Amino acid sequence: MNRYLRLSGLEPFVLTPDIPFVNVGERTNVTGSAKFRKLITNRDYAAALDVARDQVENGAQVIDINMDEGLIDSKAAMVEFLNLVASEPDIARVPVMIDSSKWEVIEAGLKCVQGKPIVNSISLKEGEDQFRHHAGLCLAYGAAVVVMAFDETGQADTFQRKTEICARAYRILTEEIGFPPEDIIFDPNVFAVATGIEEHNNYGVDFIEATRWIRQNLPHCHISGGVSNLSFSFRGNEPVREAMHCVFLYHAIQAGMDMGIVNAGQLAVYDQIEAELREACEDVVLNRRDDATERMLEIAEKFRGGAREEKVRDLKWREWPVEKRLAHALVNGITEFIEEDTEVARQQAERPLHVIEGPLMAGMNVVGDLFGAGKMFLPQVVKSARVMKQAVAVLLPYMEEEKAAQGGSVRQAAGKVLMATVKGDVHDIGKNIVGVVLACNNYEIIDLGVMVPPQKILEVAKEQQVDVIGLSGLITPSLDEMVHLASEMEREGFNIPLLIGGATTSKVHTAVKIAPRYHKGQAIYVLDASRAVGVVSQLLSETQKDPYIASIQAEYVEVAERHERAELAKKRLPLEAARANAFKIDWTGYTPPAPGFTGPRVIEDWDLAEIARYIDWTPFFQTWELKGVYPRILEDEKQGEAARQLFADAQAMLQRIIAEQWFRPRAVVGFWPANAIGDDIRLYTGDDRAGTLAMLHTLRQQTTKRDGRPNVALSDFVAPEGTPDYVGGFVVTAGPEESEIAARYERANDDYGSIMVKALADRYAEAMAEMLHERVRKTLWGYGAAEAFQPHELIGEPYDGIRPAPGYPAQPDHTEKLTLFRLLDAEANTGVTLTESMAMWPGSSVSGLYIGHPSSYYFGVARVERDQVLDYAARKGMDLAEAERWLAPILNYTPDNGAKLAAE
Amino acid sequence: MQSFILPASPALAVLEAAAQARILVLDGAMGTQIQGLGLSEDDYTGHGSGGACRHHSDHPQKGNNDLLILTQPEAIEEIHFNYAMAGADIVETNTFSATTIAQADYALESAVDDLNTEGARIVRRALDRATAIDGKPRFVAGAVGPTNRTASISPDVNNPGYRAVTFDDLHKAYAQQIRGLIRGGADIILIETIFDTLNAKAAIFACLSAFAEQGKRLPVMISGTITDASGRTLSGQTPTAFWHSVRHAKPFTIGLNCALGASAMRPHLAELSIVAETYTCAYPNAGLPNAFGQYDEGPGETAAQIATFARDGLVNVVGGCCGTTPDHIRAIAEAVKGHKPREVRK
Repeated sequence: MNRYLRLSGLEPFVLTPDIPFVNVGERTNVTGSAKFRKLITNRDYAAALDVARDQVENGAQVIDINMDEGLIDSKAAMVEFLNLVASEPDIARVPVMIDSSKWEVIEAGLKCVQGKPIVNSISLKEGEDQFRHHAGLCLAYGAAVVVMAFDETGQADTFQRKTEICARAYRILTEEIGFPPEDIIFDPNVFAVATGIEEHNNYGVDFIEATRWIRQNLPHCHISGGVSNLSFSFRGNEPVREAMHCVFLYHAIQAGMDMGIVNAGQLAVYDQIEAELREACEDVVLNRRDDATERMLEIAEKFRGGAREEKVRDLKWREWPVEKRLAHALVNGITEFIEEDTEVARQQAERPLHVIEGPLMAGMNVVGDLFGAGKMFLPQVVKSARVMKQAVAVLLPYMEEEKAAQGGSVRQAAGKVLMATVKGDVHDIGKNIVGVVLACNNYEIIDLGVMVPPQKILEVAKEQQVDVIGLSGLITPSLDEMVHLASEMEREGFNIPLLIGGATTSKVHTAVKIAPRYHKGQAIYVLDASRAVGVVSQLLSETQKDPYIASIQAEYVEVAERHERAELAKKRLPLEAARANAFKIDWTGYTPPAPGFTGPRVIEDWDLAEIARYIDWTPFFQTWELKGVYPRILEDEKQGEAARQLFADAQAMLQRIIAEQWFRPRAVVGFWPANAIGDDIRLYTGDDRAGTLAMLHTLRQQTTKRDGRPNVALSDFVAPEGTPDYVGGFVVTAGPEESEIAARYERANDDYGSIMVKALADRYAEAMAEMLHERVRKTLWGYGAAEAFQPHELIGEPYDGIRPAPGYPAQPDHTEKLTLFRLLDAEANTGVTLTESMAMWPGSSVSGLYIGHPSSYYFGVARVERDQVLDYAARKGMDLAEAERWLAPILNYTPDNGAKLAAE
Repeated sequence: MQSFILPASPALAVLEAAAQARILVLDGAMGTQIQGLGLSEDDYTGHGSGGACRHHSDHPQKGNNDLLILTQPEAIEEIHFNYAMAGADIVETNTFSATTIAQADYALESAVDDLNTEGARIVRRALDRATAIDGKPRFVAGAVGPTNRTASISPDVNNPGYRAVTFDDLHKAYAQQIRGLIRGGADIILIETIFDTLNAKAAIFACLSAFAEQGKRLPVMISGTITDASGRTLSGQTPTAFWHSVRHAKPFTIGLNCALGASAMRPHLAELSIVAETYTCAYPNAGLPNAFGQYDEGPGETAAQIATFARDGLVNVVGGCCGTTPDHIRAIAEAVKGHKPREVRK
């Protein structure tokens, strides 16, 4: 790992070699900035924070904070200011440099910052013991440190003294204290040059050369300095000072200076300094001529000009409409213009309250959305709430005035909110934040603290006539406390809203467990602090309250119902219980009709034109991703045109299919004497029902049913032993020709034609299944001889009986096709084969069982439990793992592959 | 006076060696196990089945889980023992809230010394029992929680410069706790569930004071928590900024715990594992709590996610936080067994 200086504010800062120089902002230094000193002396901390913010916006990577002034309580000011900075995320994102000549001020500052700061500075001024003591504490507080080249005899001015002192300090720090060398920043003292005193002339060179030596000889450390000292003698002539700083830095940085206290907004660019001035500056800084100072003084006046403008902040947003400006100010936590913008909005609004309920609330909702999306973090949300407070403060007098004009008196607060962490829970950080955010919006907060018994909450609520109660809790048992409190509120006749918040709370829990206990009032879940204001303001608004509560109630009813459904859907009945709730048919009043034949029979007399009449076109359009019901889809506003075109093309191809006999459809159908044996259907070899021909296995629904609905299996629709019943089966196919024709289209690069022929072949197979089923009911089995439906009416399945297919919801097990195919000798009779994964080839094929009872219906087995799969596998003679593999999509459990893991 | 050149305690060398050889396992949740005991107010105060607490408080104590160290020591020891037998190399004391600041809510500040000393002794007993069975060495980690106050955030809207707790308050409270833990035989100090880094810095400062008094340096484990979608601590720091803030503790591990479960923790853990030149540690919750505050994630699910941390070289120490059980720890220990520990770039 590279030994880089690693600092942090809210965000990290690493001084890597590709950062040539770190700007340390100097404007928050009372010794360096008269403006800042005045602000601090006058305790105008809001403006003082703006100074800090400007520096960060202007690119300061670290900000220096110094409160050393005789008339200021430096320690208190340092603590106050650092605590305030901590509440300003746009400032606190950068690391701070805690700057004082008094150790007690530094130490007080170190106790206020969560990031890794820099201490500026410690030195050997008061001897080695004191130096060690301070250095050890800096390390214990987690700070990097600036070490001044200063010892018991004074500040180092020459190269010799600077390097000696730094080397000695380095040795003590790294060898005796264990201080990481990358966290040491030497300040070899920048002194004023061109003062007219000859001894000062080489100060620039001494600094630069000492810098070079230190970087070469004291590994990993850094060099910093207060650059503005250099030009002290040119006070008042900013252009010249800037040029001198720039030239000095240019050379010092090359020597290894990598940090400096500079005004980030006021730094000339080396290449852009006028040649004459630059030359003079270099002479002075590098001590190149004896008369450098005189020459500098001569030309200095020429370059005196107005102070350069600092980089202007981007204020384009000021041109936006006032609503957007308010939202921008809230999201970005900008207080600077909030009062004037609020005033503008007030003048535009009918009533001052509308500003709060309109643009300000909209802005806070944006804050809530951004927080929810992780694009803002908590200190920023709190900052937004503070901006909101300022805006509300502007509106308050007008709201009072309005109320007074109507003859009433407005209450000072917008409403009283009682907040408490429930009994048994001590977590209150979230609750406190909600309190802050609400208080920012002018609500009076009565905070009862943590572990508050319900009786106390209710007593205070009554006594203080609060408008809302807010409960918080983090641990799971707190949820029960909240439910209990809701019941107590109901019992004691409360009707005020009850807000629920905290890490383990949820909308579902509130809707399912809390709200139903409190009918006289409404319990409302509040997702996070950013939402609190929106919820409370709507609850306390005369006009918005009722519709808001109505919408919450409707939502909670739905949430609760959805939850109940989901819970039911998750729960599975034990197989035995599901069987006990089987679909029961009264066979006493019903004699199953016998089919005209048993065993398989091939059906060959297919007429392509006749089949086409049975085509259900709706799925055809779905194939082409046009969603709608045929024939209405042809007139659909959006899809109609495409649908009509497609349909015309299909009809054209259909005519050719019929005329040119493209497909050679085949089918086989069979019937067998059958009875249900539990969840299976036994087929018999003959009508005496003595010998077993095959077993059809079926699966039973294990979902928890409501309203007396049964847990069905296909076997429920077949009569048990004692009542002679029958079951049929079929395989139909449009024929293998389809794939050859499709391939022909593909070779001709006509993908449209290829897909069209496949889609039509599929429709043919489905139409054949429909047509054959009709023939089965009317003649082959004959139980529906009296049926008189038109082909297009069959789509709605108005007839008795079903034709469930293996692999579909009523029987999700594809392997049942093996039995069906064997019974029908389907491969020989139709040419349809089963692939390894039990798919039928050609694709335009359909297979299924026939069940005749009028009460039978299609259903989904849905997910099943392990008990059924075990039972099913045993019945089928399949091993469990294989059954689980085939049934994988409907398993309601994770198959135990422990044995497999152990084997690996 | 703090010192950074103290000799390390013997445990550190053993831990270092073990951590180089394999991924170490930390224990799981106390709260979930304690909830499972279904204790009443009388059980908490010791007026029921356990020994009565000699520290008196008029406040209700149900929910003061740390107090069970004194009133239900056998039950607590059993939980620790179960975690040890499930495969935990490092087992935490039940002292998350055993500071005067956190105990003030229960008016039991007077019990803090006993809670920490006994809290560490109970774990030591449980671990010695486990070691007697299988011979594996195990370590007591003295758990230092965040307290329920923030040193970086003002609870008073009208005064953002105000602080409900100061660094000095925290330092004092933590130092008392840490001395108690060391007295009771803690091998490690684990500063956990850090939502405000300044609180953690006070705990680190307190460690250094306590170590200087002892004349030896215990291994320190530091674990932050990231609880919202911004990917920052509650006090607003990014994971890397957090690491820079606590790096001076030269911790044995840096990592994350609690929060939103393993999958949500992963990107932040990955960030720490890149920037930190020390071992990393992750002990997430058993997923997110469901709508009713229960953790549904089974041992297999949690372990599978943690196994990916191990597979991808993100971790050196793993364990569980809220909602995890001895079964989770057993599954986690099993799941990371075959994986190499993350390599530390020093």
